[in-house]
Amino acid sequence: MNGEVALARSKRRAKAGAHGEPRLLAFAYIAPALLALTVVLLVPLGITVWLSLEHWAGVGHMTWAGLANYRVLLHDSFVNAAVKNALRLTIFYSVFPIVIGFLIASALARVNARLRTPLRALLFLPATIAPVVVAVGWRLIYTPATGLLDQVLRGIGLSSLSQDWLGSFNLALPSTGVVATWIEYGLVMVLFLAGIQKIPDELYDAARIDGAGHWAELWHVTLPGLRNELMVAIVVTVIASFRNFDLVYNLTSGGPGTATDVPVLEVYRRAFQYGDVGSGAALGVTIVALIAVITLVALAITRRWLR
Amino acid sequence: MTKRELWVTNACLTIAVVFALAPVVGIVLVALQVTSPGGGITSLTNLTLHNFSTAWAQGYMSDSLRSSAIIVAISVPTATLCCTLAGYAFGTMRWPGRGPLLGLFVFALMIPIEGTLIPIYFIWRDVGIVDTYWAVILTEVGYSMPFGVFWLSQAFRGVPRELLEAARIDRASTWQTFRLVAGPMCMPAITTLAALQFMWVWNDFLMPLVMISSQGRLTATVSLSFFQGEYVVNYTALAAASVIVALPVVTAYIFLQRKFIAGFASGAVKA
Repeated sequence: MNGEVALARSKRRAKAGAHGEPRLLAFAYIAPALLALTVVLLVPLGITVWLSLEHWAGVGHMTWAGLANYRVLLHDSFVNAAVKNALRLTIFYSVFPIVIGFLIASALARVNARLRTPLRALLFLPATIAPVVVAVGWRLIYTPATGLLDQVLRGIGLSSLSQDWLGSFNLALPSTGVVATWIEYGLVMVLFLAGIQKIPDELYDAARIDGAGHWAELWHVTLPGLRNELMVAIVVTVIASFRNFDLVYNLTSGGPGTATDVPVLEVYRRAFQYGDVGSGAALGVTIVALIAVITLVALAITRRWLR
Repeated sequence: MTKRELWVTNACLTIAVVFALAPVVGIVLVALQVTSPGGGITSLTNLTLHNFSTAWAQGYMSDSLRSSAIIVAISVPTATLCCTLAGYAFGTMRWPGRGPLLGLFVFALMIPIEGTLIPIYFIWRDVGIVDTYWAVILTEVGYSMPFGVFWLSQAFRGVPRELLEAARIDRASTWQTFRLVAGPMCMPAITTLAALQFMWVWNDFLMPLVMISSQGRLTATVSLSFFQGEYVVNYTALAAASVIVALPVVTAYIFLQRKFIAGFASGAVKA
């Protein structure tokens, strides 16, 4: 969720002053939502922090660990590999989708409206398919030698390019990344398209009078007009990169070796498979803190732009 | 637009459509193959639906689709109702503590499931509902709150104040105002939320993977993942199973695409 937009909006709300009817009955209306929020999000978040400070196997006694679980993470080769992979994957989760999403959105903005709506719907389709289904489907496509990808390569006379796409140490991460890009670009496209449609036509007219060509227009009018959407897109896609689980679990299980291991996969393994709840919780807390920092920094920057 | 710009635009969109659709079309075709020893396409004309019945039986599709349907049927209406009631209160009423409480929901937008899943699992285990639908349903309902309450607070805030005052002057109770005036006006936002929640709950993976372990109760996504992990790889059946699991949400998307996209574009990216 792009919390920074939400925060920005709610602050503006608060400044707008009191509104609506004074009713204490409101508490009855929010009670179910507040209860669900407390039981499933707020209390467990607190417990995760507590568990991260204990040694616990999931059953039996806990022993106080202090910061030992966090220290373990710093020197763990799996965790280090996972974090490095998450950083590498931001190229595929964030950079490529933003470039592709921007190009498609600016192209869509130029076609006529009757064609734009169905095209937008078609291009957004990958984002609605369950990541598990996407992973299973792409694993089929990547099947070495006999899968669809190698079949297509053979068909166009490029069979020499055939690879063990998901099995090779060098290719597994980029192959996974392509699938991530396939999932993520639609969201960026939709965000940017909505943003482009809010840019006043006068700005384009003015640019044209100044003799700006097509690319100059994209660079000097469209891109600056999209800076808030760009910020939202960066935050959302970077967070998605650090939260990746479904895709990697079903495409490669993190392999070969640790070539595609990611942080959430390590949380899952530690807490639910290796019986090391403490270090799983510590890694979970670290991911939450990271997401909060990214969101709040982006919010601060966006606020400065709005001023 | 100059001729060259038009050409660039068309080329850009054509490549994009191919990139978006080729994998989908490819997998659907594999699912329709009579035989596909290595997961490729052997024929474009000789197609069969037989793989779907194989997937249905071997992939335990009827059990897992029923599990997912039950979980969606209970959690989505419950979550939507809770969010609607809270959104009505936040959007139209004034009371002490309103600001900080709304802030709490907005703050929770930043809490991803990875940060809470471990204790939720152990809490549900101690309550005795792990490996039942309730473990998944209650967690999904909770996780629907931050975005849903925020989204509907905005919607109810858009109801004109004069209408609410007119209702009060006509001696409508708070509940009647909700049922007869504010609720119906916010129906488009409520159905958008329900559509998004349907998609999130159906497509969810990590949480149901942790919560459910009995074969007969696995959700559709988890079941598909286990089917893929089996030793005997039947490519055509696996492709057919993927299509089956994707179909409910894709069908809903086809009919409600404007709602889905509007929800996403206004910031509906779930934490």
